[in-house]
Amino acid sequence: MIEYALFFAAICYGVALLMDLWRIAVGPNAADRILALDTMVINVIALLVLYGVWRGTAIYFEAAMLVAMVGFVSTVAYCRFLLRGDIIE
Amino acid sequence: MSHEGTLLIIIALLPFVGALVPGVMIRAGRTACAWFTAVPTALALIMLLILAPDVMRGEVIQAELQWMPQLGLSASFFLDGLGLLFACMITGVGLLIILYARFYLSGDDPMGQFYTYLLLFQGAMLGIVLSDNILLLLIFWELTSLSSFLLIGYWKHLPEGRQGAKMALTVTGAGGLAMIAGMLILGNIVGSYNLTDILQAGDQIKASEWYLPALILILLGVFTKSAQFPFHFWLPHAMAAPTPVSAYLHSATMVKAGVFLMARMWPALAGTDAWFYIVATTGLITMVMGALIALFKDDLKALLAFSTVSHLGLLTMLLGFGTQAAAVAAVFHIINHLTFKAALFMTAGIIDHEAHTRDIKRLGGLRHLMPITFLIGTVAALSMAGIPLFNGFLSKEMMLEEASHTKWLDSYYVVPVLATFGALLSVAYSFRFISHVFLGPVRDDYPSNPHDPPAGMWLAPALLCTLVIVIGVAPFLADGIVRAAASAVTGAELDPHLKIWHGVTPALWMSIIAVLGGLVLLLLHRPLDKAWIATPRPEAKAIFDALIMSVVALMRRITDATHNGAISRYLAIFTVASVALGWIAYSGSGLSAPTRELLPVPIVIAVGWVMLVVATVSVVVMHHHRFRALVLIGIIGLSISAGFVYLSAPDLALTQISVETVTIMLLLLALHFLPKVTPAESSGAMRFRDGIIALAAGGGVGALAYAFLMRDIETISDYHIANSYEGGGGTNVVNVILVDFRGYDTFGEIIVLGIAGLVIYALMHALLDGPAARRLKNTDYTQDRSRDRHPLMMVVVTRVLMPIAVVVGIYIFLRGHNQPGGGFVAGLVIAIALLMQYMASGFAWTQERKKIEYHTMIGLGVVIAALTGVGSWLAGRPFLTSAYTYVHLPPIEEFELATAMLFDLGVFLTVLGAVMLMLYSLSRIARSAGETVNEAAMDYDPGEHVEDAKGGT
Repeated sequence: MIEYALFFAAICYGVALLMDLWRIAVGPNAADRILALDTMVINVIALLVLYGVWRGTAIYFEAAMLVAMVGFVSTVAYCRFLLRGDIIE
Repeated sequence: MSHEGTLLIIIALLPFVGALVPGVMIRAGRTACAWFTAVPTALALIMLLILAPDVMRGEVIQAELQWMPQLGLSASFFLDGLGLLFACMITGVGLLIILYARFYLSGDDPMGQFYTYLLLFQGAMLGIVLSDNILLLLIFWELTSLSSFLLIGYWKHLPEGRQGAKMALTVTGAGGLAMIAGMLILGNIVGSYNLTDILQAGDQIKASEWYLPALILILLGVFTKSAQFPFHFWLPHAMAAPTPVSAYLHSATMVKAGVFLMARMWPALAGTDAWFYIVATTGLITMVMGALIALFKDDLKALLAFSTVSHLGLLTMLLGFGTQAAAVAAVFHIINHLTFKAALFMTAGIIDHEAHTRDIKRLGGLRHLMPITFLIGTVAALSMAGIPLFNGFLSKEMMLEEASHTKWLDSYYVVPVLATFGALLSVAYSFRFISHVFLGPVRDDYPSNPHDPPAGMWLAPALLCTLVIVIGVAPFLADGIVRAAASAVTGAELDPHLKIWHGVTPALWMSIIAVLGGLVLLLLHRPLDKAWIATPRPEAKAIFDALIMSVVALMRRITDATHNGAISRYLAIFTVASVALGWIAYSGSGLSAPTRELLPVPIVIAVGWVMLVVATVSVVVMHHHRFRALVLIGIIGLSISAGFVYLSAPDLALTQISVETVTIMLLLLALHFLPKVTPAESSGAMRFRDGIIALAAGGGVGALAYAFLMRDIETISDYHIANSYEGGGGTNVVNVILVDFRGYDTFGEIIVLGIAGLVIYALMHALLDGPAARRLKNTDYTQDRSRDRHPLMMVVVTRVLMPIAVVVGIYIFLRGHNQPGGGFVAGLVIAIALLMQYMASGFAWTQERKKIEYHTMIGLGVVIAALTGVGSWLAGRPFLTSAYTYVHLPPIEEFELATAMLFDLGVFLTVLGAVMLMLYSLSRIARSAGETVNEAAMDYDPGEHVEDAKGGT
């Protein structure tokens, strides 16, 4: 049963990734792109966790955690660049 | 090692150790400086004399220190008769030169430098004659080229000095390169680089098909060093050196190194037709040509220089004959030439010093003004001419005797006639030296007022002249050393008896012809000189300069074509070359059949692939919009990290994610001050060309990866996996590779990283002082931006995240040895945690709370890593061997302590320091552009205002 659930979830996140990709490609503005990239990070985190569940190991969760942490920092950096230009004032 | 062996090593090292002293002792005065140069030289000579009786009995003293046994390189020395002769010449004449130079050099010349160079050179020469390993010998050989460069160019203010030094270095250095190749071939034939082994393998060497190439290459080195035709031209130009240098280098040492090597290699190389025709012919040509030119030189030193060339030719010819008697003659002439030629050079120096000219046409009649110098010069010149009762006569007789029965091709006349002609010319220029300088009427137009110099200056040549006469009158005194040296040269027990009278032999007749003919030639000198000047001759220096110029021009064309400053050109060359090499390798033997099946592609992985491809293509299409390109690069980094996780490389994934973030931040910092859109600079054709190259390279790498993935190939990873726990004490192979198997690499890499951080800091410093800073100040970057500078929400969130991030960092660091993680990732994570604070509360606020300088952190990291590595020396193990143990502290579970962790700490600190320093340096641009900083943590602190409100009510 869990197999099907994992498969379904993975497909959903995969589709979400493609939609993010579309948004990043067409824009239309920079804020859209940053938002889409951030969503993409979240989808990847979800996929990593799903993969860990499927393989039955916790070793990938740390990668997921690190992605979460630095994904946030990247998004902040992109945003500060747009809002203030200089990211470290 | 024997007592004698130890002595030998001390002899070889003494000059190098001694070379450190004169440069310092010059502060104590010139005489003290000379003494401190003389002491190591004299000590070396005394030790040689202590060893001499054993060597004369035919013993060979050996000493060996292992250096790099894997390369066949050992610091091994040996002393036999030949080595003893040369070592005594080098140190003995060295002493005389030190004395002479003390009085010759003027107060303006930096004497400390001179003596230091002299000792360096002396050490290099001693090294050549004492080496028992040809690789070691080659090192000393090159050292003589380098140190003689310093000596020849000692008078830096003279352009001739500099050019002469450069020419000498170019010619002898190029020859040295050829010789390295020849020696390596020789070592390969014999299977040993030990000279003693090589000398015993003469038959094996001569039978080898590599004999001729090795011979030619070695002879190239020898001929350039010993100024043999057609490489003779550098020696006269090296006469721009101070006279003590000329006397030392060009009579007793440097140019004799080539002769020495021929003598040394005699048992291994001599005796074949190739040897005879190459060596003897070259020697013969050089002897006659050198003597001919010497006759028409007006500069005293140039005359002596070409006479040296001629005598070196004589020695080369004798060694080329390949007979034992010729070898004895050569050894004897080496001694004799040294005595009279060094004395003559010093005489020339005295004349130059006192009369302020060396031009023979402006001299004459000096015998009344400088009687002592006259006596010394005459004795030495008569010996050079080969007049009986002087030592030059004896060896010249032996040479003519050998020449008289040498057949060249099918002719019995070529060698004797030319040898006699050479001797005749030699008589002519020697007599010219005496008559045109000392004899004749006293003139009244000398540039200065010539008189005899102080005793310090004439003592050294006088001593040499005494030797000239003593050996000339009682040649049996030299029997012992000649026997020892000649036996060492030929490898056979010889017992030569040197005597003055051999009876009426062909050699005697040849000698008589030479002396009479020489006198006639001297009488005819004036008309001959006119004819000589009128004849056009190739000018060696002009040819050499033109050759060098054309080589330089060619190299410049090649350099300019490949090195035009555009990175696209370098990348294109590099990429095309790599692809071509890959293609060559592939088309050579093709590929074995694949041994693995293709794996199925899950849908999500296909999505990841699509993301990667679309993002990559989009970057190519949109790279003119820099910000958009950065966002797309973010996708690529993310996909690759996820890919690493999927392909079971969690370590790589962690590293990739962290590096990605730091890189994005660095790029964003820089991008703020750069144009947001780049112009299209390449033409369509160029873009097409670059596109083809890029596709080829990408396709090539893809094909390579595919080929490897489809086959089971034995790699070093198997070894690493098998030995990671046993050898490194960790179960995380990646980390054990980094800190143990390839710890040395990692050590180098963190140093490079540290240097990169510091260089960025330094470059930024320089940049902000330059014109770029003005441009920055005049540009307004502040248009239209958010009024939220340090928003409350962001500050709060980053503060909350900080401890979490730090704990994650520590956790990743601590368990890195056994689970994914390690110092590198931990350093990046902590750096990111700190960067969040910089972004949220601004530069000034965060900087104020920083306790350790980032520079210090880098240094600390490298030092900790180095100390960890050195620590394993204390345990008697190689650098960076790791050790580990298990510790049990009650509240915590049993855990492992490994020295590798300490090393990892060094990595951690360096990474953290370098990353922070880079970001810090880049963010300095903003302040230099006139941006203000915020002292407070956030734009609006509700806490403070609440207090105010309370106070107000």
